[in-house]
Amino acid sequence: MLPPVIGVLFDGLAYGMLLFVLSVGLSVTLGLMNFVNLAHCAFAMLGGYVTATLVNDYHWPFLATLPVAFLAAAAASVFFERTLYRRLYGASDLDQVLLTIGLAFMSVAAAAYIFGTVQQPIRTPEFLRGGLSAFGITLGYYRLFLVGVALAVTLLLVLGLEHTRFGAMVRAAVDNHRMARGLGINVGITFAITFALGSGLAGLGGALAIEVVGLDSNFALGFLVYVLIIVAVGGLGSITGSFIAAILIGVSDIAGKYYAPEFGAFFIYVVMVAVLMWKPAGLFGKR
Amino acid sequence: MTVAATGSAQTYLKGQSRWHPLEIAFWLATLLPYVLFPDYLSLASQIAITALFALSLDLILGYAGVVSLGHAAFFGIGAYAAGILSKTFTFDFLGSTVTWPGLGEPALGLVFAALMAGLAGYATSFIVARFRHFTLIMITLGIGLIAEEIANRAHWLTGGSDSLQGINISNLLGVFRFDLYGYTAYTYSLAVLFIVFLGVRRLVNSPFGLALRGIRENWVRMPAIGAASQAHVRLAYTIAATIAGIAGALLTQTTQTAALGSINFGRSADVVVMLVLGGAGRLYGGLVGAAIYMVARDQFSGIAPQFWFFWIGLMLICVVMFLPNGVLGGVSAIYRRWRHK
Amino acid sequence: MNRFLVSAALLAAVLAPGAASAQDTVKIGVIAAYSGQFADTATQIDNGIKLYMKQHGDKVAGKKIEIIRKDTGGPNPDVAKRLAQELVVRDKVDILAGFTLTPEALGAAGVAQEAKKLMMDMNAATSVVTEKSDYIVRSSVTLPQIASTAGNWLATKGGAKKAYTMVSDFGPGIDAETWFQKAFKAAGGEIVGSVRMPIANPDFSAFIQKAKDLSPEAIFVFVPGGAQPAAIGKAFAERQIDPKKVKIMSTGEAVDEQAVKAMGDVAVGRLSAWHYDYNHKSKTNEAFVKAFNAEFKRNPDFFAVGGYDGMHLIYEALKKTKGKADGDSLVGAIKGMKWDSPRGPAMIDPATRDIVHNVYIRRVEKVGNNYVNVDIDTVKDVKDPTHK
Repeated sequence: MLPPVIGVLFDGLAYGMLLFVLSVGLSVTLGLMNFVNLAHCAFAMLGGYVTATLVNDYHWPFLATLPVAFLAAAAASVFFERTLYRRLYGASDLDQVLLTIGLAFMSVAAAAYIFGTVQQPIRTPEFLRGGLSAFGITLGYYRLFLVGVALAVTLLLVLGLEHTRFGAMVRAAVDNHRMARGLGINVGITFAITFALGSGLAGLGGALAIEVVGLDSNFALGFLVYVLIIVAVGGLGSITGSFIAAILIGVSDIAGKYYAPEFGAFFIYVVMVAVLMWKPAGLFGKR
Repeated sequence: MTVAATGSAQTYLKGQSRWHPLEIAFWLATLLPYVLFPDYLSLASQIAITALFALSLDLILGYAGVVSLGHAAFFGIGAYAAGILSKTFTFDFLGSTVTWPGLGEPALGLVFAALMAGLAGYATSFIVARFRHFTLIMITLGIGLIAEEIANRAHWLTGGSDSLQGINISNLLGVFRFDLYGYTAYTYSLAVLFIVFLGVRRLVNSPFGLALRGIRENWVRMPAIGAASQAHVRLAYTIAATIAGIAGALLTQTTQTAALGSINFGRSADVVVMLVLGGAGRLYGGLVGAAIYMVARDQFSGIAPQFWFFWIGLMLICVVMFLPNGVLGGVSAIYRRWRHK
Repeated sequence: MNRFLVSAALLAAVLAPGAASAQDTVKIGVIAAYSGQFADTATQIDNGIKLYMKQHGDKVAGKKIEIIRKDTGGPNPDVAKRLAQELVVRDKVDILAGFTLTPEALGAAGVAQEAKKLMMDMNAATSVVTEKSDYIVRSSVTLPQIASTAGNWLATKGGAKKAYTMVSDFGPGIDAETWFQKAFKAAGGEIVGSVRMPIANPDFSAFIQKAKDLSPEAIFVFVPGGAQPAAIGKAFAERQIDPKKVKIMSTGEAVDEQAVKAMGDVAVGRLSAWHYDYNHKSKTNEAFVKAFNAEFKRNPDFFAVGGYDGMHLIYEALKKTKGKADGDSLVGAIKGMKWDSPRGPAMIDPATRDIVHNVYIRRVEKVGNNYVNVDIDTVKDVKDPTHK
């Protein structure tokens, strides 16, 4: 018989995995393009609304909507990258922050206009409800699913980075733009594809998040803080970093609430500031 | 900003310190609301307060290049400090009930708020001054969020999400009541804004101000020419925190309210937007930005509040793309082109 | 600089105060958080106002009713106070109304008192609001009303001897916890433990596990509306706390329409104490729900009823005063008023100006394909317990 705290820690792990899927795209784009994209969660919100609409209004099965959420967010990001973002690749941090926050604001207003301000309910398929009882603790099926998806994503990303030519180009561009360009790597296209991939993952994360944290028109702004914390703590441009940071944040948040609920939300902010003071580039950051 | 090819730094600074006729016109224009918009004085008062807050951010963001997403922490500390100071507390001390009378005198509240915010700024400046870029943004964000959470948790002190109750602000100078029309509020806020502005103007047109600009342009180089970057940033940050605290106290005193909205992320983000809108690093940028933003928001609140986010987002994108130095930057560019015709 | 002056002059031209308001118009300034996180609440309150005016016309006692809406952007008392001042000074309103959250009401209270205008609190639920001015009337609900009823019922008819409380750590949550525990203990129950959860809390499993550790027979829950009700409901299921076995009691927000829809089967058996549900069976309510759906294509909730009843009180008061709209006359007319609201019979207490209404104990059940709150008991004419 395992103590109940293990069940709580598993929940923290699963929550962390959700945060990972949401954040990994931002970490890679920040590390790769040094571009602060605060509209990242707006793409997540888009993915969430795509899934909610397909499931609620068109009665699609939940799992089938996930790839669509990914593609929709990726497509949207390509559009914005081509039109707005690429003009500010060399601009100051502040300008990038403001441009992307402006985009996030507009997305919140658009979501409120189209979908209303009300919570979007979602009914997940039967086999994802309830939990698995083992050794005296309960592991929710949906959370197991989250962990599975996150691990699959991580595996694909890592394999992609290490074993494909495109992955090699991305790694080269992250390490040294100018050198990479000098070697004939089309850094522009590399950016665009990586950005689309990262935003697509955000969209997927947004769709997965509905069941756990809900979805309304404020999602793009409300969740941004958690995502930024993961990216900052994990280190820009590092998938491993995001993974570890997400687990760290997810578990410490939940463990903190279990053992010291008065501390509650504090914990992750303090953890973030402390980690950044110790390692300004994040745990696995490259700069 | 062109520096004369010949002439020393002293001459340059002297030149900058002279009062430009447009500046005088600006300050005279701040008296217009009494005559033209007497029904809008409460709004004018809040614009003056927000302008002061934006000015404080300009010192670190515009001049020293410190992008802070948590500056409202100091505004909030000042706001709550002034409010709490004015409350009456009763508690038991050694068996008898002691009543601590509230100190509602506005001037006292300002001093207390400035002190509290300044101390907090000084303490956090040691952390903040060491970092740049994304790390700095995240650390200031973290500090702001921690401050917000403390204010929320300590509801025995701050009233938490229900806002601070029992605020009891005395009449200004013992005579002037904070009236329904906002005359006292606006006069008070404007006076404090002007006085602090004079101080800040002096500061940025001094060698210290030049050093800050140098730090913003090239962080690494400055120590090489003998300007201690971190110490300068710490000083600027502490001063900025103090001024922000004064602005917060003004808000509490003129409205007799203090709530989490004075310390939350929304307020930090709003002031960054206002400053960039007006033009950072230009002394008047924060003032102009605050005026435009607050008037626009007030108009939207009556017409189409749900679309506020849409328009502010669009405006931000336009400012970044087309008016990189804010409204004042655009105006001065037009002025220069016109001059050189 | 020029740009600033020009736009200032334009503003002056556009916004110069019009001719003094015609004698035969009664202006109502509605102050609510139309933008931001609480926008949906403000929308529903507004829908309630709009529906009432549609059904009863915009003329009462020979006066035309004009609504001026102002957005506070959230629980910002400084903005609410300024908007109240502007409405009174600039727009010359006769009545202030709305108030999504407590800080907004507290900010405007001083203005209502000084200007002697009726202030209709259509939502803010903290008891202290009505005490801040002699001109404040509340048409919504107070949390202590509900929480103490829940505590009392659970210990008596509910048959629970031990309870664990879980509330969000902010004003309303603490209010709910305090009054639930007081009433539960007064009725002979024992509180075995309690926890306060952070307000920005996406994940509940840690707190539910703490509750589960103590194996309580009843749990009292309070979370703010929005995403949290569904999240905590699902978390109960994940930790295998079955509402059919453990009595999980909450206020109405935790089992609102969106929440039960999202929770599905895991919501069945959830108990709640609340003053309004669209499913409440009464002629008045059924007509109200039908009209609301026809107009806004969604069901009304308690926010909408706050707005609707607030307008009703204003209209009836104006009829009684034959059109006199100053604060003293209107408040005098409203005190003691009784009416048949969609929620049930309701009254404004003449001593406290606060709402007195029935509190229903409901259980979530599956009816057809829907999950709804079904009334299982009624506690009549509940007053707010805090006012002396």
